[in-house]
Amino acid sequence: MSLHALTVAEAADGLRQKKFSSLELVQSLVDRMQKVDPRVKAFLSIDAEGALAEAKKKDASPPQGPLHGVPIALKDNLNATGQPCTCASQILKNFVSVYDATAVRKLREAGAVFLGRTNMDEFAMGSSTENSSFHPTHNPWDLERIPGGSSGGSAAAVAADECFAALGSDTGGSIRQPASVSGCVGLKPTYGRVSRFGLVAFASSLDQIGPITKNVRDAALLLNVLCGQDPMDTTSLPSPVPDFTQALKQDVRGMRLGLPKEYFVEGMDPEVEKLVRAAVAELEKQGAKIVEISLPHTEQAVATYYVIATAEASANLARFDGVRYGFRAENPHDLIDLYGKSRAQGFGTEVKRRIILGTYVLSSGYYDAYYLRAQKARTLIRRDFENAFKECDAIMTPTSPTVAFKIGEKTSSPLQMYLADIFTIAANLAGICGISLPCGFAQKMPVGLQILGPSLGEESILRVANAYEQATAWHKERPNL
Amino acid sequence: MNPQGIDVTYVAQLARLQLSPEEIERYQAQLSQILSHVENLGALNVEGIEPTAHAFPQTNVFRKDEVRPSLPVSEALKNAPQRVNDLFKVPKVVE
Repeated sequence: MSLHALTVAEAADGLRQKKFSSLELVQSLVDRMQKVDPRVKAFLSIDAEGALAEAKKKDASPPQGPLHGVPIALKDNLNATGQPCTCASQILKNFVSVYDATAVRKLREAGAVFLGRTNMDEFAMGSSTENSSFHPTHNPWDLERIPGGSSGGSAAAVAADECFAALGSDTGGSIRQPASVSGCVGLKPTYGRVSRFGLVAFASSLDQIGPITKNVRDAALLLNVLCGQDPMDTTSLPSPVPDFTQALKQDVRGMRLGLPKEYFVEGMDPEVEKLVRAAVAELEKQGAKIVEISLPHTEQAVATYYVIATAEASANLARFDGVRYGFRAENPHDLIDLYGKSRAQGFGTEVKRRIILGTYVLSSGYYDAYYLRAQKARTLIRRDFENAFKECDAIMTPTSPTVAFKIGEKTSSPLQMYLADIFTIAANLAGICGISLPCGFAQKMPVGLQILGPSLGEESILRVANAYEQATAWHKERPNL
Repeated sequence: MNPQGIDVTYVAQLARLQLSPEEIERYQAQLSQILSHVENLGALNVEGIEPTAHAFPQTNVFRKDEVRPSLPVSEALKNAPQRVNDLFKVPKVVE
């Protein structure tokens, strides 16, 4: 097997056993990137030189952490000192980070080597990576299709064996949905599990950083490194961090798995539904108890999300004003003109659309009708999950109602694009954790099973996901590139 | 709620975005469509429901009030589009 096809666990173990060096691993991935990335376009920038130099250093020093010498890719909205951090936006085109995000620092301290920066929808706004202002990313399973988004570059890079694992961020499904449609594992931790310090903010009450990997074990390994309270993020949770790999030792016998009736409705691809139901049947066979549950406010989730997320985004993106960093328009006649021109020229279409929507729902006269009402709807959605988790230990759903669509197919209708997020956004509103993993193929494209867990229930979802993965071979399928 | 009521020209001003007439027209149509979907929320009974700003709010998160190293000025200015000495340069604001 070529080195580029390894998993994180295999790479870490092999390094410890001196089967290969970190330099060999990085070189193998750099070769792979040179071979396939001109077609996949998963990366916005590749730091081959830096990664090779760092790998040499790792090979020459005693192992310091669980990921010593293991190469990892980073979504381009995570600050890493000296690296670009464009958020796939023209407004940050020449930006160079001057500090590490906490998640990046933790990976660094665990010994990881950074390969490069993965493509994304501009400022993480989108579900297809078509909103990148640099170029779209192509799904490794079918280059004419989208890789999902917004962490589409991270998912495509993992699926194409251009890296062993990548970090993504998930505000409304941006880790789970690309993992689903690109055939990877993607985990969104409970809100507050992973520090957001150094993650360029989209919607601060929804954003979480998480891993995109080739299997469930790797997701658990990375979670072990990423989680923990951080004085730099006051929303990070003080909860103790377990060894998540311990959850992989347990089977699902006696676990109660909930099927929300509102998630199995018309509009879903029948082949997707069939595969998800087959996955549920597999877990039932292994001894899990399947219970029907209800999440009554599912229908309101998309509307609630697009009010809250855009409101927060409009405030967060106010910092891009052409003054302290980022793009500045030429020849402004005053300061207001400088703001207006820099932002108009620096932001792309979807980002501007969301800033306007967010500004509108927060504006005088509309705040109560939209923003406050959405916050109340959020309470109802949160309660739906609290009630559901009294009856079950984890919830099983499709991650996305369809397989990856063709590039350009949905760009003309933003609303249709938003509605495709239906199965993933509620978890962000409720703050709970979720994982997507491969559960088969429809129209030769990967389909993802989503497992949602309660707040701090990462061990439960890893346990279910691993039990399913061990019984199937979907995660071992690789695209033909 | 009145989705047709969105005045994109005015909202863009609030958001400090100088949009072209074409952009205003396009956003006007798209946002009206999106807002009519958001109207679904109007049917919800939210009487007596507390709003959620954060799923798991943390309150009174303090650290010791002590001097710690922070980003050096040279680093903080590294990405500045224009600077003079150790300052960000902006167009004149006071006449």
